[in-house]
Amino acid sequence: MKWLYDFSYLTHAIHKGLSERFEPGTVVILEMVMVGVAFMLLFAVLGLVLVYAERKVSAVIQQRLGPMRVGKWGTAQTLADVVKLLLKEPLINKDADRFLFNLAPFVIMIAAFMAIAALPFAKGLHAIDFDIGILYIAAVSSLGVIGILLAGWSSNNKYSLIGAMRSGAQIISYELSVALSLLTIVVLTGSLQLSVIVESQADGWWIFKGHIPAMIAFLIFLIASTAETNRGPFDLAEAESELTAGFHTEYSGLKFAFFFLAEFANMFIVAGIGATVFLGGWMPFHIGTWEGFNAVMDFIPPIVWFFGKVGFMIFLMMWFRWTFPRLRIDQLLTLEWKYLLPINLMNIVLMAFLSLMGWHF
Amino acid sequence: MPASTCSQLKAGSLIDIKMKSIVNYFKEIFFGLKSLVTGLRVTGHYFTHPKEIITQQYPENRETLKMFERFRGEVVLLHNENNEHKCTGCSACEVACPNGTIEIIHKRVDVDGRKVKALDTFVYHLQMCTMCGLCIPACPTDAIVMANTFEHAVFDRSKLTKVLNNPGSKIMDGIK
Repeated sequence: MKWLYDFSYLTHAIHKGLSERFEPGTVVILEMVMVGVAFMLLFAVLGLVLVYAERKVSAVIQQRLGPMRVGKWGTAQTLADVVKLLLKEPLINKDADRFLFNLAPFVIMIAAFMAIAALPFAKGLHAIDFDIGILYIAAVSSLGVIGILLAGWSSNNKYSLIGAMRSGAQIISYELSVALSLLTIVVLTGSLQLSVIVESQADGWWIFKGHIPAMIAFLIFLIASTAETNRGPFDLAEAESELTAGFHTEYSGLKFAFFFLAEFANMFIVAGIGATVFLGGWMPFHIGTWEGFNAVMDFIPPIVWFFGKVGFMIFLMMWFRWTFPRLRIDQLLTLEWKYLLPINLMNIVLMAFLSLMGWHF
Repeated sequence: MPASTCSQLKAGSLIDIKMKSIVNYFKEIFFGLKSLVTGLRVTGHYFTHPKEIITQQYPENRETLKMFERFRGEVVLLHNENNEHKCTGCSACEVACPNGTIEIIHKRVDVDGRKVKALDTFVYHLQMCTMCGLCIPACPTDAIVMANTFEHAVFDRSKLTKVLNNPGSKIMDGIK
């Protein structure tokens, strides 16, 4: 069970086993394939679990039961939905730009895959540990908007195009707030490397250690990342009531499923970033020098901590989505440029001052 | 702003106005957050109280399902244990019905040597009824009520036309 607490034992064992049988070049390729398959499986499972969770959470919030018929408590509902989507006809409308139309879902999925590769899941379970991890994730997670813009443009549908343009305006604005709120914590850690950020939280999570400015940054991160995933009160790109389904109006079957999956994958990624930077990633909950308490917390495997924190973040985002009414496009931009951005900049200055004076824990 | 009022403004009051707008800015943020928290509290309450779920698992709980008192399922003519009803055949419900669901067929009966109008057949076309319930307050003798039965599906449309008064029933004593 040692590997459950430090996955480097497992990964090193696999690497050693492969190196004995194959050439170094083949080993690298095999390992890359393994990592890719692992992420694909993770996304498939995430899609199934999160869609079910979303439907159940929204149901209970609205005093409903949600899916109950397929399987016990409706647990097989998403599987049934997947089968349905696979069997559907992939329609392309007559005047669509066929190449871009088919490319768009892949662009979105590729952006999600690129972002998740840099997330630390547990000790030693980290596909690529960039020394500019946060910058990299902030850069590639906003690549998904290219897919949305392509989808909107190539559909040859005014609703799709309006949805896509809104999404573009939204992501360009809110990307700033996401990056700046993450920078607030980077001021404390002094590193953009995600593994270093996690290690720096061994004696307490940054949201507690950085107290007031860290909490403000966490709040801004929550709002801005919800906006970046086109969810919750910021789902203007889809806006069922005005734009039918926004940028994916014309998609059906498997390609629609890709957009759907990408939404939940992006939600997982931003929740993962938030959990890593603010809530300590896979680091167990430690309080300063309480040895006994810390030992008990260490007993829970890091991967459970990570998925627990991500689950908490995802629940917060779902709670937001099913509580708040959708913003209008001008309200959306006002919120970003007149409120979040100035507060964020002030917050960074405050945090820099705090860390200079050593007033954080 | 006219020049005269502009000159009356002192430097201090200008700062006051600016301070006020800054205070308003933070007030807005505070009240905005407060209203969001209020909303979250409502949905959070529902999330943590699954007992308040109102969805019925209908075919499964058919045995135990209790319909709500105000649910309007169909019109019934009440009969007591002696097979007596309160309908005088006045046709007030027929007049009140907006879509001709109720048809009252009369007969003449002898009461104390006089011919008096009375109910012969109370025809109720369930397929035309919108469950508006206007016939209930229209009835002067409270003879009809809305029942909360709801499984009305049948295989033949003609089965939806019902006769509400039981065969051989007669009017209760003292109802005029």
